[in-house]
Amino acid sequence: MSKMHLKLKVNGKSVETLCEPRELLIHVLRERLNLTGPHIGCETSHCGACTVDMNGMSVKSCTVFAAQVQGAEITTIEGLAGPDGMGVLQTSFREHHGLQCGYCTPGMITRAHRLLQENPNPTEEEVRFGMAGNLCRCTGYQNIVKAILHAASELNASKEAAQ
Amino acid sequence: MNDLSHDQRVAGLKGLGSSRKRVEDARFTQGKGNYVDDIKMPDMLFGDFVRSQYAHARIRSVDTSKAVALPGVIAVLQAADLAPLGLHWMPTLAGDKQMVLADGKVLFQGQEIAFVIAEDRYICADAIELIEVEYEELPVVVDPFKALQPGAPVLREDLAGQTKGAHGERIHHNHIFRWEVGDKEGTEAVVAGADVVAEEMVYYHRTHPCPLETCGCVASMDKINGKLTLWGTFQAPHVVRTVASLLSGIPESSIRVVSPDIGGGFGNKVGVYPGYVCAIVASIVTGRPVKWIEDRMDNLMATAFARDYWMQGKIAATAEGKITGLWCHVTADHGAFDACADPTKFPAGFFSICTGSYDIPVAYVGVDGVYTNKAPGGVAYRCSFRVTEAAYFIERMIEVLAIKLGMDSAELRRINFIRKEQFPYQSALGWEYDSGDYHTAWDKALNAVGYDALRAEQAQRVADFKAGKTRSLMGIGLSFFTEIVGAGPVKNCDILGMGMFDSCEIRIHPTGSALARLGTISQGQGHATTFAQILATETGIPADQITIEEGDTDTAPYGLGTYGSRSTPVAGAATAMAGRKIRAKAQMIAAYLLEVHDNDLEWDVDRFVVKGVPERFKTMKEIAYAAYNQAIPGLEPGLEAVSYYDPPNMTYPFGAYICVMDIDADTGVADIRSFYALDDCGTRINPMIIEGQVHGGATEAFAIAMGQEIAYDEMGNCMTGTLMDFFLPTAWETPHYTTDFTETPSPHHPIGAKGVGESPNVGGVPAFSNAVHDAFRPFGLTQSHMPHDHWRIWRIANQLGLHG
Ligand code: FES
Ligand code: FES
Repeated sequence: MSKMHLKLKVNGKSVETLCEPRELLIHVLRERLNLTGPHIGCETSHCGACTVDMNGMSVKSCTVFAAQVQGAEITTIEGLAGPDGMGVLQTSFREHHGLQCGYCTPGMITRAHRLLQENPNPTEEEVRFGMAGNLCRCTGYQNIVKAILHAASELNASKEAAQ
Repeated sequence: MNDLSHDQRVAGLKGLGSSRKRVEDARFTQGKGNYVDDIKMPDMLFGDFVRSQYAHARIRSVDTSKAVALPGVIAVLQAADLAPLGLHWMPTLAGDKQMVLADGKVLFQGQEIAFVIAEDRYICADAIELIEVEYEELPVVVDPFKALQPGAPVLREDLAGQTKGAHGERIHHNHIFRWEVGDKEGTEAVVAGADVVAEEMVYYHRTHPCPLETCGCVASMDKINGKLTLWGTFQAPHVVRTVASLLSGIPESSIRVVSPDIGGGFGNKVGVYPGYVCAIVASIVTGRPVKWIEDRMDNLMATAFARDYWMQGKIAATAEGKITGLWCHVTADHGAFDACADPTKFPAGFFSICTGSYDIPVAYVGVDGVYTNKAPGGVAYRCSFRVTEAAYFIERMIEVLAIKLGMDSAELRRINFIRKEQFPYQSALGWEYDSGDYHTAWDKALNAVGYDALRAEQAQRVADFKAGKTRSLMGIGLSFFTEIVGAGPVKNCDILGMGMFDSCEIRIHPTGSALARLGTISQGQGHATTFAQILATETGIPADQITIEEGDTDTAPYGLGTYGSRSTPVAGAATAMAGRKIRAKAQMIAAYLLEVHDNDLEWDVDRFVVKGVPERFKTMKEIAYAAYNQAIPGLEPGLEAVSYYDPPNMTYPFGAYICVMDIDADTGVADIRSFYALDDCGTRINPMIIEGQVHGGATEAFAIAMGQEIAYDEMGNCMTGTLMDFFLPTAWETPHYTTDFTETPSPHHPIGAKGVGESPNVGGVPAFSNAVHDAFRPFGLTQSHMPHDHWRIWRIANQLGLHG
């Protein structure tokens, strides 16, 4: 199949690659751009392991074709770290034991990042509902929810301090 | 450090009992884990299967010509290509054999027929579409009872005429084994003469561990040095190396098996699958690395189902409720090949733990394993071998007996518990329970949930329901379980002849930090964190300065891997024992440095102190340095130790779980109001991680009890091949858990730890299921099979006439 010239902005950097239009975004990211943070758990939009941020929205990159992303701005887990390593969400997941095998974690944190942009002050219910597209087989979610709520309050506190 | 108080020094170690944050998390949270599908090698090929559309069929022909002509396709392997190597079949862990690629016929939907090797996964998928398989359909059997009828279709033609299998006599062409334990006649006599007998068929349905990461591997044969490297999702990498060597004839010294980060296992990644064999062969044939990664449908349809036990039970008791005997017969549906991952001598795993937490004087268990046209497997899905089936069985039988006796089942449990002073306790089915204090745990649990008030509320709810004031019912699900984990001992537990010991090797570096390597492999349990804690307490080296490595057979000592909650009981013990060896040598070094006799020293957190002279001491850090820079008479330089630990017995964690749910009688929707989990896993290494394990295991139990199943239609079509049909709960429906504990150390384990990872699944399933049953008990329900999805709960209500 003939290849297309794909230009994207990924984690703030302009990147280009050649790929088939039918290639899934998750494969473009993982195999062509070597961003192996987002994972594959189902390839059918159910598990959320492949979640990335695309043009300001959470998407499941296993069900997006390369042909659909020309010129898109994409953020993966690799782009969420703060300048000195772990960002607020990442630290909060660690502090609250919000991960075990770590396989769902990049998708979880990427989704949580967008959720907190959409709703900076969510209730526990809103977190549970807003994260329902991301499956975890290890943690039972309780500590993930805790980690996100805690990150929200930290982010809000630092926003206030900055004002 | 010397100015710190005793308590500060203890805290600085982050040893046993500390909720130390996990060292794994920095890389996982930044997307820097290294899972098998992340491995990329120059020239790497991709392999994938053509799978059977039918559950039972003869393969007339496989036309690969169009596929082979597709640019980028390297080869297509079939059984005939593997036959000259003797690899078209492979031995299973259960003493049976399994087709690697269909040899003339297929026995379940999704079975591997041909292996396509191509430049990338897209070309591979295209090629699979181009392969034409001609089938001749054969009659299908998915029901194990029908499979044993006289005229049932013959599934395993390869076993024709074989009246003996790996576990004794076969009584029918679809029969695998009969396994019996206990006193059959004695039990039947007790049942025949009992005041009260409750009899029930309890079905624990077929389900699947379904870790978020599927199975896969990368095989790379280096033709120049003759070395085969295999990276993969292996819960037992050393066993894989041994099997790979036995199958391929390559010496074990020329095979390196590596388990990188594993995205959850839960039993799915114990077995050896055709994909591994085909990837290895493909790499040998092509001289290039070959990757095979299952997709989710492959995973759910072809690798490692769990459970599928039909358990017929009879429980006998006095009129007062004292249990006098337990009888059980299991019809075990193993699918097309017996690929259970049980210790060799236990074809039904440790199912004979089914007398549970109760003092039952006489018992009998018989298990018949049966072939059907379903996927092979029978793995321990987050439980020790068949223990969750056993726990579900006894906890349902207790409820059924309580109904028969008209008793409260909490009280029925209490009067039958093994008493504290009876430990070590010999069970009627041959196990020696190491330690327990069930009454204390039970009372704590009942008090914590306010049991009496809940029962009063429930009675009011029933009255209101009957009066037409509400359509909601309330269920209180009780469960008290005893697990049996930590296999060995070697004398009666082995896998393919390998004794089930485990191992740890420690090196203390001159500057006082350390490296420890183990024969186990973490799949999210946080071994790099917890094993360092065990060592910190044993050696006085802070956990933060101890690196833990696992999963690479070239460096790690031989071990039997991680499943059946065996890492803490077995490898954890090996770690403690190796730490003690380090300390013993350190004591001699300290004695030399302090110019006293060994016996004049005592251990204090991180140092040896001269007895009675607290200011004279040598810290472990100083001792480590001395071990490398001083010539000490009579001692070899260096500070290293290895321990291979063969446990004297298994460990028996236990716990009390209570679930309260509200059920809408009209929609069948069950709302989990609360879930309380009390676990006693002996000494607690890291409370934070224990709590996380309980949350996760209880969520898997919730899924299994309330909706998750692998279902087949009469034609053998798997109806649950995607996450659309196979229930994995989201954050939205998953309940909130309250965790609690008691602490009864194991007397035979060096640090008293018992293991916890699987308890919540074992104890959780009966708690959820009993809650559903309990809600309908006032209306006459005794038994209804899982999973209790909304439709099935609605149907219970309907059949009981609750819809008017
Ligand atoms: S891999 Fe994309 S949702 Fe599961
Ligand atoms: S941490 Fe393993 S799937 Fe979420």
